[in-house]
Amino acid sequence: MSKHQISLLLNGQPIEAMVEPNMSLLEVLRVEAGAPEVKLGCGEGVCGTCTVLLDGDPVNSCLLFAVQADGREVTTVRGLAGDVELHPLQQSFLEHAGSQCGFCTPGMLLTAKWYLDGHPTAGREELRAALAGNLCRCTGYTKILDAVEAYRDSLAEVSHVD
Amino acid sequence: MYSAPFEYLRAGSWEDAVAQLQRGGEDAHVLAGGQSLVPMMMLGLAAPPVLVDVGAADERTIDVRDGSLVLSALVRHVELEHSELVRRTCPMLAEAAGYIGNVRVRHRGTIGGSLAHGESTAELATVAVAHQATVRVLGPSGRRTVPASELFVTHLTTSLEPDEVITGVEFPLTAGHSGSCFLEMTRRAGDFAMAEAAATVSLDVDGRCTHARLVVGAVADRPTDVSEAARALVGEPPADAAITELARGVAEAVEIGPSVHAGVGYRREMVAVLITRALGTAISRAASGGTATSTNGHRV
Repeated sequence: MSKHQISLLLNGQPIEAMVEPNMSLLEVLRVEAGAPEVKLGCGEGVCGTCTVLLDGDPVNSCLLFAVQADGREVTTVRGLAGDVELHPLQQSFLEHAGSQCGFCTPGMLLTAKWYLDGHPTAGREELRAALAGNLCRCTGYTKILDAVEAYRDSLAEVSHVD
Repeated sequence: MYSAPFEYLRAGSWEDAVAQLQRGGEDAHVLAGGQSLVPMMMLGLAAPPVLVDVGAADERTIDVRDGSLVLSALVRHVELEHSELVRRTCPMLAEAAGYIGNVRVRHRGTIGGSLAHGESTAELATVAVAHQATVRVLGPSGRRTVPASELFVTHLTTSLEPDEVITGVEFPLTAGHSGSCFLEMTRRAGDFAMAEAAATVSLDVDGRCTHARLVVGAVADRPTDVSEAARALVGEPPADAAITELARGVAEAVEIGPSVHAGVGYRREMVAVLITRALGTAISRAASGGTATSTNGHRV
């Protein structure tokens, strides 16, 4: 089985890797590309822990072979903000205790950010439906939704100032 | 989680895909969105030696042509869910797509891939049979079309040959006052359905039912078309009592296989509930001009 050379734009940085066809994008990100913030949860596309944005859309990095992502743009949770500062959504998770063990948090943040980018006035029920595919075993979801709603409200305040 | 090794081929066209499948032998497999096949590979349930990636074989087009909604096989579930054209012309397709898996699965999964996989709980299979869709197929001997009712054989098995690919799907459109409704029951959002019902109903100007179709999904090894029973509604304005009686009769007669989520008796009860609600909603949508479509995340 021959290896394939792939190139990705990972959080804005070009990355090249030689991959076996059966290597998932998740594995290549964690092992080859220095992105351990992407977590392996169920490995079946159910839990949402391994969520990354592929050309801006949320996908299961555990169910995508790395060769399929060749030439594409991949955003992990580290792509949301700079190295030092937190993204306002991350800050909101911190302030509202939206993260306990933290394992689901990268997937929660990316999914919530993606959804609110397209639906900046989404209500709690819409947010609940948007995050239905991201499992958290700690928080009971209430504090996650509180954090996401607070971030949404902060977006509205910013646009009022404009 | 590792899949067995495989050779990865990329098809630049449907013809290319067929040629690569032929060269790869009968265990070569098409890779479309990969949201059903890849989990099976990761769990060791499937180990195709060759994968033919059709992601770049075609455009993802959605058109209305000659009285049908025509979809390229590569159209993704999220596009079915949100396309204005789909929501206007074939709202049950958008409605059902919103139930599939989760938002990540819907961004990768394709209509052709879902139909070719032949999973017995697949929402799009149930809707394709309910809408009497036609599947466009390309193989070594050329093009052919397969009615959805003849595509599904049993669990994970379709009537496609190993070197054939689905290139598109046609959904015939209904004129006049028609309404539709797809419902399913799951334990949790994103689970495989325990039961599904898909109903389409047409009414004349006086509110009399002129046409009704009804398909039950996720209970047997493939969608079960029970439209014969739904014909009991034709000729009269549909009455609640007739719907309830029809639903009860179908639920008692329909074949229901085992499920890890719930027993047969319970699911039989739920089939009756889903049919009653799906028909009732389809009728009220038909009466109000056929506009429909719920948003993602609706649960029974």
